[in-house]
Amino acid sequence: MAMLEVKNINVHFGVIHALKDVSFTVNEGEIVTLIGANGAGKTTTLRTISGLKKPTSGSILLEGKDITNSSARERVSMGISHVPEGRHVFPDMTVLENLQLGAYLRKDKQGIARDLKMVYERFPVLEERKKQAAGTLSGGEQQMLAIGRALMSRPRLLFLDEPSLGLAPLLVQEIFDIIKNINNEGTTILLVEQNASMALKIANRAYVMETGSIVLSGTGAELMRSDEIRKAYLGG
Amino acid sequence: MEQFLQQVINGISLGSIYALIALGYTMVYGIIKLINFAHCDVYMIGAYVGYFCMRNFNMGFLPSLLMAMVVCTTVGVLIEKIAYKPLRNATRIAALITAIGVSLFLEYGTMFFVKATVRTYPPMTGFMAKSFKVGNTVITMQQVIIAAVTVILMVLLQFIVKKTRIGKAMRAVSQDKDAAELMGINVDATISFTFAIGSALAGAAGILVGVYYNSINPLMGILPGLKAFVAAVFGGIGLIPGAMIGGYIIGATEVFVAGYGRSMYKDAVVFAILILILLVKPSGLLGRDKKEKV
Repeated sequence: MAMLEVKNINVHFGVIHALKDVSFTVNEGEIVTLIGANGAGKTTTLRTISGLKKPTSGSILLEGKDITNSSARERVSMGISHVPEGRHVFPDMTVLENLQLGAYLRKDKQGIARDLKMVYERFPVLEERKKQAAGTLSGGEQQMLAIGRALMSRPRLLFLDEPSLGLAPLLVQEIFDIIKNINNEGTTILLVEQNASMALKIANRAYVMETGSIVLSGTGAELMRSDEIRKAYLGG
Repeated sequence: MEQFLQQVINGISLGSIYALIALGYTMVYGIIKLINFAHCDVYMIGAYVGYFCMRNFNMGFLPSLLMAMVVCTTVGVLIEKIAYKPLRNATRIAALITAIGVSLFLEYGTMFFVKATVRTYPPMTGFMAKSFKVGNTVITMQQVIIAAVTVILMVLLQFIVKKTRIGKAMRAVSQDKDAAELMGINVDATISFTFAIGSALAGAAGILVGVYYNSINPLMGILPGLKAFVAAVFGGIGLIPGAMIGGYIIGATEVFVAGYGRSMYKDAVVFAILILILLVKPSGLLGRDKKEKV
């Protein structure tokens, strides 16, 4: 059974038909990426699966269980965690408070303390700045904080929306290494990226979106070789 | 000098009341970006609840205070649920107009039930009627109680906002609603809770004003409400410490202008301050201009 199964979801913003019969699956342990141009519907897809946007039709199944009508809150407690585009850290709260909010629904104090240590080990800069307001961090640090915060809910399925956006090339590499690492430790990942070549390199499978629909799919390696993809997204 | 000290004492009393009301404006604005014009009427309802508790049920001050806070909490939460929640995704102007409508509804609804006549709080007796002199400055027990109740409520509020789980949720929702939802925070419940706290503080302010100035009427909320709103803007709307400081500064200013023989101008001065702050530093005393970070 697929970890996540999205079946024919349609999303409208007023009269705009933003997602048209989008279907795809994510299996346990995979990194799956959604690539495509700006405005193709990638972010809307993630927002719909994490419960921020209600679809007009279609269904979403998490390990076979229909979660189409569950609230975002219920989905978090079922193991979905979403790092939104633009990081969305809480700017006036400290780094530590941001991380604690990531564990908002958890009650196991010891487990939270353990995971906080784990996050600090993964991102030492966050420990150095734990008392600093999140809004004062650099873009790269905020991205690490956003990922760390998402990990604090102990997700089984992690959504990452444009984690490399606006970061220096060196940092982009670092962020992708971190994503690979998190996946190796057992978290399934659904990654949305405009940086298609980087995304395809680490992904098991990929879906290509265009104006609200999925137009192509395949393994990361297959799509890297595809002429169509090379022309459209990888710069020839 | 005596005159000055006496005005400081009076300023603290009035400022406490403005600060308590301003907190409700600022917290609600912070979390849903709405100027809740009906807030000043919740304060009026607090004054009436206190009045009926003390006059008709012979309750003491403290039980009456609690009762006013409880009733106002309920009223505030109901207003949010019935009037504002359905407009969560509407334009801000729609919500604002609704707030004005709710305000008028509460004012004239209350008038329907209690009549438009001015009512007077029962005279304070015993402990509550005491006053003492420090040098030549007279401090009444009512003023001490107003200041004490306000300080206690503010400390409590700071504790809730800074230390508790729901307080963290409130701050998270006010800073980034989507991200808060992704953390698993129940945004609707958090907004309700914010209205509850703000309304409880307004209820406390209502009964304190009744005890201090004695007379109450269904439209009593309008002017203090506007001034408390000015206080919130002055301190930096959306910021809790800003509302506290703003409340005391506006209260003191008003008292000093009146105390030094310019009673006629006391309201004008407050609104002149509003115009000034909007010209010089629109984000308020403690506010900072938002910078985009990429």
